[in-house]
Order: sequence, then C-alpha cells, then structure tokens
Amino acid sequence: MNAFYNRWLGGKKGTIELAILAAFIFVVLPLGLDVFRLNMVGKYLTYAFAAVGLVMVWGYGGVLSLGQGVFFGIGGYCMAMFLKLEASDPISTAHQTTPGIPDFMDWNQVTHLPLFWEPFHSLTFAIVAALVLPAAFAYLIGAAMFKRRVGGVYFSIITQAIAAILTILVVGQQGMTGGINGITDLKTMHGWSINTNSAKYVLYYVNAALLLGSIMLCKYVLSSKLGRLLLALRDKEDRVRFSGYDVANFKIFTFCLGAVISAIGGAMFTLQVGFMSPSFIGIVPSIEMVIFAAIGGRMSLVGAVYGTLLVNYGKSAFSESFPSLWLFLMGAMFIGVVMVFPNGLAGLYETYLKNWFEKLLSARLSVRSNAIRGGLPNEQ
Amino acid sequence: MSNDFALAVEDLTVSFDGFKAVDNLTLYVEKNELRVIIGPNGAGKTTVLDLICGKTKATGGSIKFNGVELTKFPEHRIVQAGVGRKFQTPSIYENLSVLENLEISYPKGRSVFGSLMFERTQDVTDRIIEIAEMIFLSEYLEKQAGLLSHGQKQWLEIGMLLIQDPALLMLDEPVAGMSVSEREKTAELLGRISNGRSMIVIEHDMEFVKRIAHKVTVLHQGKVLAEGNMEKVQHDPKVIEVYLGH
Repeated sequence: MNAFYNRWLGGKKGTIELAILAAFIFVVLPLGLDVFRLNMVGKYLTYAFAAVGLVMVWGYGGVLSLGQGVFFGIGGYCMAMFLKLEASDPISTAHQTTPGIPDFMDWNQVTHLPLFWEPFHSLTFAIVAALVLPAAFAYLIGAAMFKRRVGGVYFSIITQAIAAILTILVVGQQGMTGGINGITDLKTMHGWSINTNSAKYVLYYVNAALLLGSIMLCKYVLSSKLGRLLLALRDKEDRVRFSGYDVANFKIFTFCLGAVISAIGGAMFTLQVGFMSPSFIGIVPSIEMVIFAAIGGRMSLVGAVYGTLLVNYGKSAFSESFPSLWLFLMGAMFIGVVMVFPNGLAGLYETYLKNWFEKLLSARLSVRSNAIRGGLPNEQ
Repeated sequence: MSNDFALAVEDLTVSFDGFKAVDNLTLYVEKNELRVIIGPNGAGKTTVLDLICGKTKATGGSIKFNGVELTKFPEHRIVQAGVGRKFQTPSIYENLSVLENLEISYPKGRSVFGSLMFERTQDVTDRIIEIAEMIFLSEYLEKQAGLLSHGQKQWLEIGMLLIQDPALLMLDEPVAGMSVSEREKTAELLGRISNGRSMIVIEHDMEFVKRIAHKVTVLHQGKVLAEGNMEKVQHDPKVIEVYLGH
C-alpha cells in the first residue's frame, strides 16, 4: 500500500495533484457542462494522452517527437476499423455493389475486404493492435535512430517526416483507408450504440479513468530507477553510458511508452467523436500536441492535461468569434511559453502559487518527501 | 600474450583525418598495478583512455583486457567487462543527490526492465554508505551533487566508479583543481583503492605522481617515449627535453 502511494501516486504532493485533477475531470466538468460540451471536453482529453506521452518523451526523455500524431492515429484507426466493420454488416450495406464491406471501399471499386482488415472483426484484436502496433512502430523508429545516436533536431525532423509520409499514405490509399475523409459513420460497439447521450457519458468516464491511469503509470516509471536514469541522461549522457548502460534502450522504451499512451488517446477519440481521419495524424496535429505539453509544462504530467484543456478551450472559444486569428494566437502562446515561462503552467504554479497553496494545505507538506523515495535508513 | 597482464594494448593506432593521435602504441598494465601516464599537452594521453573505454574507435591494433578483446565492444559492454573511466572534468549528475548519483552507478538493474524493478535494498544502501565513507562524502548523501565543491565532485565521480568495483580503473587528472589538503586525501584514497585492481592515472602534478605511481609511462606525439619507475623516467634525457625540462 505504501509502495502504491509513493510510486503510483507520487507521495503526498503527487496524490494531491492527482486528486485535484480527478475532481476536476470526474466531478466539476460533468456537473458544469451539458452533454454536447462534455463530449467536446472528452475529445480534448484524448489529446491530453498525447501530451502526457510527450511529457515522458520530450520532458523526461529529452527527445522532441514531432510525430506523436502518428501513434494517436494508429490507435484511432485500429478502433475505427473495428467499428466500421461492425457498421458495415451485409444487411445495412445491402444497397452496395459488394455488401458487407465498408462503404468507402465500395465507392472505390474495391470488391473484397483487404486482408489486413480481416482481423479487425474482433474487438479484442482491435484493442490489442491499438496498443501493440504503435509500440512496435515506435520501437522500429527508436531503434533505427537511437542506436545510431541520432537525436536532437534530427530526431524531430525525422519524426515529422514520418507523420507527413503516413498522412500521404493514408490519403492516397483511399480504397483501403477511407482517404482524406477518414473512416466515418461509426455507430455501435458490439451492438452498443456509441452515439447516444448515455454512451457519451460512459465513454467520457472511461476516457478520464484511462487518462488518470496513464498518468499513474508514468509516475510509476518516473519513480523507479529508470526515471532517475532519464534525468541523469539529460544531464550527462556519456556518464550514464560509461556506467554500463545501453543508453539507446532507455530512450526507445520511453518513446514506446509515449507512443502507446498516445494511441490509447487515439482509440478513445474514435469512440467519442465517431470517426477518424488523416487530419489527426499529420504534422499540424502533432505540433499542436507539442504545444499542449509545452503550455502545460513539459516536465509535468498533470500540467499536460491542463495545458491541453486550456489551449483547446481557447481554440474553440476564440475561433467561434475570430476564426482567422486563432492560429496567430496559438503561435503567440507558443512563443510566450518558450520566452517567458519555459516550464509552462506547471512552472507558473511552482513560481507564484505553490508557497501560498502549501500554506493553505498544511505547513508540513514536504516537497522533498517524494524526491528521495524509499528513503535512507534512519540510523545515519 | 601472457596472462599476468590485466591490460594488454598492442600496436594501437588512431588517426583523425590522417593525424595519428596515437601511433602504434604498446602498453601493458599488470594486475594490482597503478600506472601513471604523463606527457605534454597533445601527447595523446586522454585519447588512449578514450580508446580503451570505447569512446573513440581504434583505427588499428588491439586492446585486450584479461584476455578479452575490447576494440569491438560497445561502451556499455566494456564497462560491464570491468573497465571504469573517470573523465577529466567531473562528470556527475548535478541535479541528483549524492545518494542517487551513487545508486545509478550501482551495477544492478542496468537493463530497461531491470531498472524499472530495481529496489533500494539494504545491500544497496550499505554499499552506498560504504563508498560514501571512502570518498569522504558520507555527510552529504542527501545533498544535490551540483552544490558540492569541485574537489568533492571529483571524489564523487571516483566513488561512482568504485561502486561498480571495476578491475581496471582509469582516472583522467583526478586532482585537477583540488586544494593541497584535498590532494593529500586523494593520494591516500588512490593508494587504498588500488588494492586488488589495476589503475591508470593521467596526471600533470609531478609531486602527486611521485606519491602514487608504481610505474610511469611518458607519452609524446602518440608514442611511448619512456617507461619505468619514477626515478628512471625523471632522469631520462629524452623526457627532460620534451616534458620535464620546461
């Protein structure tokens, strides 16, 4: 129990952080918003998965991936393929030239289901694939780059290129992927309609629970020796290497973890929004994810969630009134983060609010308590 | 080669764009020996250590450590084979505590999943405390390493290597920037830790070299200029000309 408290929740400070976030997501938002708005917040929270993944990859791993949309997309497409197959049963597609295949295939003169679609008849397979495929893909990219000690800006450029390539591939293979429109018109999951209001509530809560679970998983990883190694790596990579560690493996692991978390968000996006399209895997969404993490604070897991919510709230509020100005504002926000508050919202909190907040909570709140986890024996 | 040598470097060459930083170098270090390498700037001293620990790849020649060829190994494998190396400027994790610095260097949980599962058991803590006492830092375990004095950082890095118990320990200018009393303590420390392992030390401070060296190798332009005990090397006319004379 103590280990759970210290490592999964992050001690007293971490538990309070998580509790506030959980109260906000689980109670405040559902009480304060109608189902339409809540569903929108649910959509934003799926982006938060990608931002949380980026905190691990960029904030702690020290490598900026500009291709997290790729993993978000893989997760989303895996889920969408299952839902699309269920929506394309022979009865409801009886009017097609080839009944029983997704509508966009029929429009593109595809006459039988491509082989790689077949296993997506199974929900279990779709869920496993949504987790394993991004991990495997991230492993391939990571192994190819980190083993050769490619890092820094080259890594960013290559991941961005991968995002662009994958978008082009999906758009180009219209008959197999749905092209630029993506996979739309998703209706039911094992007969359970995902478009009703009650389903939207259920999915919102599932999504929120998964998000908190992902944050806790990251906390657990960071509280282990691996987490301290990541900090050490950012500081003196050579010292870690010459202490007997295969440095590349740790970066690959972090990149894979970020990819899987991002993919969970993608899968939940498909379920809550009801479609998946290439516009969520390309360069622009990938960079937006980086902005979410940057604004939240790239070293703060919970900050990433607030950052995502704030930027997206700003986006929808602002673009409803000044649609053409939003991109400028977002650019300005990013510049502001880089120049004025490099640690994002979390950094602002640390600098201005923390002391006040700690006094409010308790005089004994020790920040060091979770820095030295497990602690030294007391005989010293 | 005879097995009495812990380290056998033979015909080692590395060239950077045609410039031979290390040129056909042959060097044997025995078990339990403390060897000091001296030489003028640019003689290739640091490069030799870089080659042994794998930071630089050799153009030719061989490095055998207890009979195992190291030149083809990646860096972490060389460390795992028992070679520890301290860098010239203290290379420690400034943002972590002394304790965490030593813990990361503890030779367990070096794989990804090993490090996830790694627990700070009593054995680990005992060992950390033992090393911290050796390197005069037992009162600073909780202190952030970046806040230590320069000399203490040098000791910490030595401690980070000691905790791995390497069979060959290579130190690049371990007393650079140290006060006189810190030098004294370091000389004593090196004397103590050289028991049961081979050591290679690069150093400029001749007084210090005299105190610690079993044998001295003088490098000049990537080649061995002279080798032997301090007495012999100091009176070698070639050595006086290129190095000690100034």
